[in-house]
Amino acid sequence: MILAWLILVPAIAGVLAWAAERWSRAWPRWVALAGTIVDLVLAVRLWIAAWSAAAPPPGHWLVELNLPWIDALGIRFHLGLDGLSLLLVLLTAFLGIMAVACSWTEIQDRIGLFHLHLMWVLAGIIGVFLSLDLFLFYFFWEMMLVPMYFLIGMWGHERRIYAAVKFFIFTQISGLLMLVAIVALSVVHGRATGVYTFDYVQLLGTPLSPTTGWWLMLGFFGAFAVKLPVVPVHTWLPDAHTEAPTAGSVVLASLLLKTGAYGLLRFVLPLFRDAAASFAPVAIGLGVVGVLYGSVLAFGQTDLKRLVAYTSVSHMGFVLIGVFAGTALALQGAILQILCHGLSTGALFILVGALQERTHTRDINELGGLWPIVPRMGGMTMFFALGAMGLPGLGNFVAEFLVLIGTYQVSPTAAALASIGLIISTLYALWMIQAAFQGRSRETIRIRDLGAREMAMTAALVVALVWLGVYPQPVIDAAVPVVATLTTGPQGAAR
Amino acid sequence: MTSGGFVALAPMVAVAATVVVLMIAIAIGRHPRVTIGLTLAGLAVAFALLFAAGGSPDRAAPLLVVDEYALFYTGLILAATAAIALLSIRYLDERPEPHDEYYLLLLLAALGSIVLVSAAHFVSFFLGLELLSVSLYGLIAYPRTREQAVEAGVKYLVLAAASAAFLLFGMALVYAELGTMTFAGLAASAPDRVVLAGVGLIVVGFGFKLALVPFHLWTPDVYEGAPAPVAAFLATVSKGAMLALLLRFFAGIDLRAHHALFLVFALLSIASMVGGNLLALLQLNVKRLLAYSSIAHLGYLLVAFLASGAMAATAVAFYLVAYFVTMIGAFGVVTVLSSGEHEAETLDDYRGLLGRRPWLATVFSATLLSLAGIPLTAGFVGKFYLTVAAGGAALWWLLVVMMVTSGIGLFYYLRVIVAMCLQPAGEAAAGAAAPRLPLAAGLTLAALTVLLVWFGVYPAPLIALIRSAVTGMA
Repeated sequence: MILAWLILVPAIAGVLAWAAERWSRAWPRWVALAGTIVDLVLAVRLWIAAWSAAAPPPGHWLVELNLPWIDALGIRFHLGLDGLSLLLVLLTAFLGIMAVACSWTEIQDRIGLFHLHLMWVLAGIIGVFLSLDLFLFYFFWEMMLVPMYFLIGMWGHERRIYAAVKFFIFTQISGLLMLVAIVALSVVHGRATGVYTFDYVQLLGTPLSPTTGWWLMLGFFGAFAVKLPVVPVHTWLPDAHTEAPTAGSVVLASLLLKTGAYGLLRFVLPLFRDAAASFAPVAIGLGVVGVLYGSVLAFGQTDLKRLVAYTSVSHMGFVLIGVFAGTALALQGAILQILCHGLSTGALFILVGALQERTHTRDINELGGLWPIVPRMGGMTMFFALGAMGLPGLGNFVAEFLVLIGTYQVSPTAAALASIGLIISTLYALWMIQAAFQGRSRETIRIRDLGAREMAMTAALVVALVWLGVYPQPVIDAAVPVVATLTTGPQGAAR
Repeated sequence: MTSGGFVALAPMVAVAATVVVLMIAIAIGRHPRVTIGLTLAGLAVAFALLFAAGGSPDRAAPLLVVDEYALFYTGLILAATAAIALLSIRYLDERPEPHDEYYLLLLLAALGSIVLVSAAHFVSFFLGLELLSVSLYGLIAYPRTREQAVEAGVKYLVLAAASAAFLLFGMALVYAELGTMTFAGLAASAPDRVVLAGVGLIVVGFGFKLALVPFHLWTPDVYEGAPAPVAAFLATVSKGAMLALLLRFFAGIDLRAHHALFLVFALLSIASMVGGNLLALLQLNVKRLLAYSSIAHLGYLLVAFLASGAMAATAVAFYLVAYFVTMIGAFGVVTVLSSGEHEAETLDDYRGLLGRRPWLATVFSATLLSLAGIPLTAGFVGKFYLTVAAGGAALWWLLVVMMVTSGIGLFYYLRVIVAMCLQPAGEAAAGAAAPRLPLAAGLTLAALTVLLVWFGVYPAPLIALIRSAVTGMA
């Protein structure tokens, strides 16, 4: 039942936060904060339990919940937790706290409604990470979109409606096509075995003809590619990230994109092993293009939020490469990259959001020389920018390094090209710091430095990122069984 | 006919008897509360008699077939009519016209729909259709001092009469060629060109009533002009009964074996999905928007209809239940917000509704999300069910069209919701001295919302009920 509670706690907290607005404007924030903290405590307890217990045999779950739901269609309420989902749930709960905290002063109207939507996005994301029934997965996949749309569309910046609609149409249509693929997979499985089901474990190892497998794989890949994002379908991302309120950007960049990566790892690779293998060169190519294109465009931006958004395109390119390179090292790197990117980009969005809240601009040309005015903010931004460019000692370095080594075993060319992306990332990271914080100071700007709340948030993120950079072993350990299942072939996957 | 036949027909007789009783009551004296009480009592009795009729071995053939399938849809029609009647009370209170004939016409329209879902013969088909149409003329033009309503009524009259002519001619062709007027006889025949032409004309008749593109031109105008509760009736009961009939009509005919027919329905379905959703994008009037949305939904339903088979029939029935609950809820909110002189139909009327009327805005959002097929609502499960049915029949291209168009369709539903969350424009807020939520309508809307979420979260009991009913199609 604890898995259901992981989803229910933020959902209930959201409703309570909405209702709490009638008593006081501060209540919704506290209720939402309490909800996310409880969720994190639950997730950490699961982690400790998983750590102390012996690793389950492959194909089994650390914790599982399997209840009948809609028997007529072969749908069950099936949640399961393995190392991969555990790490992502931890990330979600942790960044959920950050998302609530970073909206503390930014959001001033319809506070209750805002927190309702925020909490429901989090509930949907956790649901996605836990679902082991494809219907249930699709259910949560859709459920996280609608509140996200409202977060962007109602609390966003200047061009919010345009950005929200674009985000929604992209993700919705790709999601619906995935639904067709889900149903098709179930139908194929039903015809082959006589059992019509949407259960993930049963659908593993469905015999697929190469053509069918290819099409179905594309149906899934399309939805995850839009989320990740992969380059030709990434155009919603800069708009959505830029126009969203800070908490929205944090959730989008740090969590929502990860559902795409998670989908690739959980569904595309195990369900369509052969099709994914033959598709791998294309996917790796797209990943390399994403790494280079994202970092070049990031360097060309003058809007700070847009800049950070394009770095996401670049960093998620590494994830795509790592996932499809398919070696154990590359997969470990991809999983680590998911976590580190979540932390560092989330932090950057929090800092840019804090800057915008104070200066009312995100335009790099209007800023400059801020370091003497806000040294703490400058230092923190410096830290996370260095993290984003992959400074050794921080998590991103470990992750990208693993991806590159793992990829080199498969395709030296791809690894070589992708490492050029690392060089460009140095350029944009340093340029961002230089343009915004160094240089000539404008005497007109008088702004507050980071307060205690913001320092606490960023400090927590610093600790997490340094920990992942210096001692990533616990995370790697948690992911080992998943990576083993992904690399050992269908026998390992289908228990 | 045996006495068992009367038992089978008891629900129909109960509705018809209520009409007679109502007429007598009106002749004695006009008391709005008595009229509504009698109407609801009659519907409740008819509903209770469904259980008796279910046990009857006599199916009242050959004109009608009172099987499990018909009884299920009869129940749905009765419940929907009762909900619409409850929503209408306050709406009528604010109008100068007398109430009584409205309920009379509503009951007659329901009776026509019940005949349709039980029809197994051209005669009962036409009888039910005309009973429904003629009552609807009166209902649509009921606020006779409002120009728009009268215009809508006349428009519906002309087009429904024209479509009935098509239908009759088609029936005549089939009869001339085959010498039979039963659906079973038609299904058993080896169709030649004349029969096919006849069936084609009948399909035109279906197309008009179901408002499929390209027979949809009347829909937005009539929905806009008609009183909001009548528009709800048009969108749900009238279309639902017709669709149930369509399934029965083609139950014995293997659509896949008739490429021409299959192609016609596939094209109608695609045209409705694309046309309905794209045209809805342009609407700033909520009633017109819902009209186009209902066109698109019928397109989705046709996809499942084309899948044919028990799975498809179950999917259609489930989707219809979800659609009934949702559409009546949506039009119910429009009804409640409309006052005697002013129909709440422009998007501006809904700006800032969340601030002014949080509960109504929540209900309306829930219905719109359900229409859009978002999780936790009945519409989501319904759409999933349709997808499974169509996937089982390998209708992939239709499915892809359905997914892409419904993805686009989300945009206009969300726009209304966003408008409700925005701060109201100055004058809209001033003019929004909307009437208080009456108890009956409030309870109805609450019940509909509960059903909407219930079917979206735990649909298993409803699916079990539908499965047993639909497999009982005689």
